[in-house]
Amino acid sequence: MLLHISKYIITRHLKRAPNIYHSNISFRRIWTSCQRCQIQPQMKTKRHVSPEMVGVVGLEIHAQIHSTTKLFSSSQVKFSAPPNSLVSFFDASLPGTLPVLNRRCVEAAVMTGLALNCTINKKSLFDRKHYFYADMPAGYQITQQRLPIAVDGTLTYSHLGGKKRNQVVTKTVRIKQIQLEQDSGKSLHDDYRSQTLIDLNRAGVGLMEVVMEPDMSCGEEAASAVRELQLILQALGTCLGNMSEGQLRVDANVSVHRPGEPLGVRTEVKNINSARYLARAIDYEIQRQMEIVQAGGTVLNETRAYDQKSGNTVPMRDKEGLQDYRFMPEPNLPPLLLYDSENVPEGLDPTQVVLIDRLRAELPELPGIKRARLVETYGILPEHSFILVNEDGLVDYFESVVKETKAEPRKVIGWVMQELLGALNQQNLRVSQSPVSPSALAELVNLLEAGRISSSAAKLIFQELWKSPGKSAEQIVVELDLGLVNDREKLLRICQTVVDTHPEQVRAIRSGNKRVLNKLIGEVQKRTKGRADPALVRSILEEQTS
Amino acid sequence: MALCCRSTARILHIARLRLGPLQHRHRVEALPSVVESILGTTSTWCRWTSDRNSSDCSLNPKIPREPTWEPVAENELPPPTHVPADLVDKLERLALVDFRNQEGLDCLDKAIRFADQLHVVNTEGVEPMDSVLEDRALYLRNDTVGDGQCTEELLQLAKSTVEEYFVAPPGNIPLPKREERTAMLKNSEF
Repeated sequence: MLLHISKYIITRHLKRAPNIYHSNISFRRIWTSCQRCQIQPQMKTKRHVSPEMVGVVGLEIHAQIHSTTKLFSSSQVKFSAPPNSLVSFFDASLPGTLPVLNRRCVEAAVMTGLALNCTINKKSLFDRKHYFYADMPAGYQITQQRLPIAVDGTLTYSHLGGKKRNQVVTKTVRIKQIQLEQDSGKSLHDDYRSQTLIDLNRAGVGLMEVVMEPDMSCGEEAASAVRELQLILQALGTCLGNMSEGQLRVDANVSVHRPGEPLGVRTEVKNINSARYLARAIDYEIQRQMEIVQAGGTVLNETRAYDQKSGNTVPMRDKEGLQDYRFMPEPNLPPLLLYDSENVPEGLDPTQVVLIDRLRAELPELPGIKRARLVETYGILPEHSFILVNEDGLVDYFESVVKETKAEPRKVIGWVMQELLGALNQQNLRVSQSPVSPSALAELVNLLEAGRISSSAAKLIFQELWKSPGKSAEQIVVELDLGLVNDREKLLRICQTVVDTHPEQVRAIRSGNKRVLNKLIGEVQKRTKGRADPALVRSILEEQTS
Repeated sequence: MALCCRSTARILHIARLRLGPLQHRHRVEALPSVVESILGTTSTWCRWTSDRNSSDCSLNPKIPREPTWEPVAENELPPPTHVPADLVDKLERLALVDFRNQEGLDCLDKAIRFADQLHVVNTEGVEPMDSVLEDRALYLRNDTVGDGQCTEELLQLAKSTVEEYFVAPPGNIPLPKREERTAMLKNSEF
């Protein structure tokens, strides 16, 4: 009879927007996107309406904890395993099962809290939040509503701003809290047969809900903040941060108001599964609300979903009237206590103690520190440090090239930014998939630095290296005969021919227009396939035209 | 029967949470008697009771060997709460239970009456508690795989499955409308 209840609970009820992530959009350099923070309402505003309306954005981010097992059960955490293969009796909410907290999840939340400058609560509590979805068989989610594990933090993020969008603008958003909670299972809706298929593999996986204060004003800021959080989580290893696999899920609370006035009515935008859509969804929603307010209407407090096809947000009809989560203390979990090394009570089993100060000491280099170090050590531009840190593996790539060459890091960065990233982006490859290894690029840069090849030849060689991985730059120089021509006799002859065939330009130079000389240099390079030593060519031509 | 027991337990939660001042401030020593009186006095409709009574109490030293309780006189309790129909509606919706008939509603009233006894407990100067486990250490488990891989066993419990999935209806099953329920309640009176 009791088992019958579990059937009843599993099979009865409810619909929710599908928690399935199809999108596979890469997260590359979102901060070069060109949305503008100051969205101007398209409708004409009246003169006497003094300050412009602005958007107000707060985020709630669910980050799946990167752990081997779930938050309260020892079943495995794995993406795309056969349905219901990673489900324990507790995850299926069979009567008589009890939650047993995973130490790793606690440590992950503490590390994340520390990285986000939070105060770690030495005592935190678990609560039940009730709602009925078929993919949450207990009828409630264990979360931390009253006293979460970490509070009062900050996240500093940057995006490109200024007129030319090449200035790094740095901003800070306050973190209200980080709470540990359970993930739900997944529902697959079969409209045709009018049924819902339930996979509980994800049910009970540990989540960190990061709640940000409404300190942002547009989609680009929100997307940049999420990107920075993603980099921090990845550096910590507490969350893999892959949005397309649902490891990082973002809900945005959006409202509009005139600065100085109280905040407007907010809507919650859900269903956002990539950073690009996050920015678009928020900007659309701000625009929509501004138009409503300016037309004299009122914004409804509702949940809206982003529709990727139309680029609009649409109301979600998921709530019947008022939500009442009937929060109550979780009776099966005593308070979670954390300690510093100094004040661990005597006689406590060390396996049962999570030390905040030790976790703090073990924090890895975070993205902000890494960027500062790159700028400091290599003298590169701040915006370049952003690009380096943003691309997974690019910092390592850059640093290995620098190590293997005598060229200035500032010259190396040019190659990495222009040639390497350009080619990678064109073919949608990751840094780890680059056909040109760091040492191959270093060799190429060395040849250029030593004056053995011209810069245009070097670019050609890079293309060749890309096409035929495994070859060395040296080999290609020989094979394609791209070595710098610095045979004075040979160049003298070629220059003479150019001078003889361009009498008009020569006359211009002689009458004082020295800039025309570049035209002649170009002609020489054309005849030598860009291999002529440019300094030598210049001096020969100067002699011949004087 | 078990369903009834479960619903009542749930109703009790609701009653505690939504009705009157929340009484978390019971004396610790008073609690076992309350628990035992739940289990002891309601044995006619609670299957767990018979299981527990017949089981060996020495298995868990935290369970008292003998139930002890003092009955609370009716005149010590606050006036009985009447649950209006609107509230019944809301409770059913929130808790996703169906009281179904007059008997169910009587059961709800009794559950609230039972919870009223908590008002009698003197909580003067006692810190509020969340649970009796509050002063226990929260056990932390190592992050190693133990459970799972019991798909077959779990799927067997479900009424309907497709391949390795549980099958649920596409959406919420609406509760019967007020008029329908009134008719149902009438029919259930005997």
